[in-house]
Amino acid sequence: MTLKTLTYIVVGLTFLLYIGIAVWARAGSTKEFYVAGGGINPIANGMATAADWMSAASFISMAGLIAFMGYGGSVFLMGWTGGYVLLAMLLAPYLRKFGKFTVPEFIGDRYYSKAARIVAVVCLIIASVTYVIGQMKGIGVAFSRFLEVDYDLGLSIGMAIVFFYAVMGGMKGITYTQIAQYCVLILAYTIPAIFISLNLTGNPIPQLGLGSTMAGTDVFLLDKLDAVVRDLGFAEYTTNARISLTNMFMYTMSLMIGTAGLPHVIIRFFTVPKVKDARSSAGWALVFIAILYTTAPSVAAMARLNLMSTIEPTAGEYMRYEQRPDWVRNWERTGLLEFTDKNNDGRIQYSADATVNELTKVDNDIMVLANPEIAGLPNWVIALVAAGGLAAALSTAAGLLLAISSAISHDLLKGVLKPDISEKQELMASRIAMAGAIAAAGYLGFNPPDFAAGTVALAFGLAASSIFPALMMGIFSKRMNKQGAIAGMLAGISVTLLYVFQHKGVMFIESTSFLGDLSPNWFFGIEPNAFGAIGAIVNFTVAFGISSMTSAPPQEVQDLVEHIRVPAGAGAALADH
Amino acid sequence: MSKPTTYWAANLRLVAVCMTIWFVVSFGFGIILVEPLNEIRLGGFKLGFWFAQQGSIYVFVALIFFYAFRMKKLDKQFSVEE
Repeated sequence: MTLKTLTYIVVGLTFLLYIGIAVWARAGSTKEFYVAGGGINPIANGMATAADWMSAASFISMAGLIAFMGYGGSVFLMGWTGGYVLLAMLLAPYLRKFGKFTVPEFIGDRYYSKAARIVAVVCLIIASVTYVIGQMKGIGVAFSRFLEVDYDLGLSIGMAIVFFYAVMGGMKGITYTQIAQYCVLILAYTIPAIFISLNLTGNPIPQLGLGSTMAGTDVFLLDKLDAVVRDLGFAEYTTNARISLTNMFMYTMSLMIGTAGLPHVIIRFFTVPKVKDARSSAGWALVFIAILYTTAPSVAAMARLNLMSTIEPTAGEYMRYEQRPDWVRNWERTGLLEFTDKNNDGRIQYSADATVNELTKVDNDIMVLANPEIAGLPNWVIALVAAGGLAAALSTAAGLLLAISSAISHDLLKGVLKPDISEKQELMASRIAMAGAIAAAGYLGFNPPDFAAGTVALAFGLAASSIFPALMMGIFSKRMNKQGAIAGMLAGISVTLLYVFQHKGVMFIESTSFLGDLSPNWFFGIEPNAFGAIGAIVNFTVAFGISSMTSAPPQEVQDLVEHIRVPAGAGAALADH
Repeated sequence: MSKPTTYWAANLRLVAVCMTIWFVVSFGFGIILVEPLNEIRLGGFKLGFWFAQQGSIYVFVALIFFYAFRMKKLDKQFSVEE
């Protein structure tokens, strides 16, 4: 059977599974649509959260990024996992106790203000929409690369599948599909990693293989990698910091705070039955995430080493272009891998010196995608990697779309515009909002705006500088009032946006950047992607300043804060309008 | 002090301990102290590099379960569990 047929079969089977789940898990009430009825087992919710969280970027791109950044890539590993500690201790249990459906709803009630709720809705929508564009592109690219269908057709098929289970099942359908998607993506990620680790080190556990000796020698894998990259003039793999340690510190902090403030992750903790389940569920989510995130650095280092030894099989002897292995030929055809024989010696030199280097293009994504071929694994593993990449993109897209549609139907429509609609009408409205969100995200996927590449910084920056501080102060400070919270959110967003725009251009149009994206112009050498933490500090400072000058919140709000701090007396998630 | 106030104070103390560990293993061992720690080896790993790419994540997982476990006991002790 050809690889293409096999890929069609494996991807087709996973899609049938997702549709089957959609038919079985239909939502019959708003509670099922928004929070899956509030009865999800904490371990199951942990698994769904892991799939919700790990996007096409985590699955396909992260290991490749680390492979070329080495130690500097640690910002993603620590940043995208450490946020769960913040979630488990600072937000999730209290928001679960509060027991409503959405993040803006908490902000609106806690700060006794529709204006605060609307500011939160706007932050949520900007953060989630910018994030969803990347997922839509991921779906289109995965289809076109693995199934050789058009980008547009691939994206349409992906949208149709999400439409089916998200509109019918809401959070309930999405949760059960995400559990299935997690299983697909984790198998697809770990199987090739196990074989590569076995090949290189003889140790089947990639996490341990990374610290082992190369098979048949007593040289440690990481020492060998350091030596190989140093010889070619690159910075040492295990010590190469990203720009500076200060920058790494701020970048990691921004990603952690941003992760804890992303609404599509937070709302997953509204689906568990009890407050104590919200705590343990965050732990389970991190267990399932950690399986991939601790495998990724091994995949990264091993893939880099494999690439190096393909190009320079014995020291000083470079690969003859005519004798390049099959996997190199395959990926050359996709344009993600390019060689230019600059000195016409028929061999491919690899060097940090751009004038000598003949490996002119290596896309980060190859590091994960080509793994099964490099390890010589059977075709069904390659097919599984395709299904895994699609599962990662679809599950994250669905989670984001639910956060967007519930903010529209529950916070804007039911909360502000038409508070007197019935539950049945609201359920219908939430389905229409979901369909609209899918259509809008699809449109942005077909016509990715110029600023799409810079938007991840914006999503994390906004979540870190607006949503996270507002939620945390709402729980930990009884004195925080409406004026402080709103001023803090607006100040946090403004500072972050101003910094990102001044270096990356207004709305990421480069020509409008007034300071240029150059490190000498950066504030303390902090790159724009790492600025969310500064935005958060500004938010906290402004909020406490303004709040101390204005009157304390009313007694019933202070009672509400007392109420969410203790688990006793929580019902299942309710809307009590 | 009233019961809810002592419960909340105990929770805050536990959170402070956990957040300190969270900070030390990631920002401390993985970033600020990475260079001196890299002088120490853990098998094939430089220790600072190991904390940055694996160790901190394992500690994060353990921390959340530790916190959940201690809070469950605290909820019982103050009989504020659901």
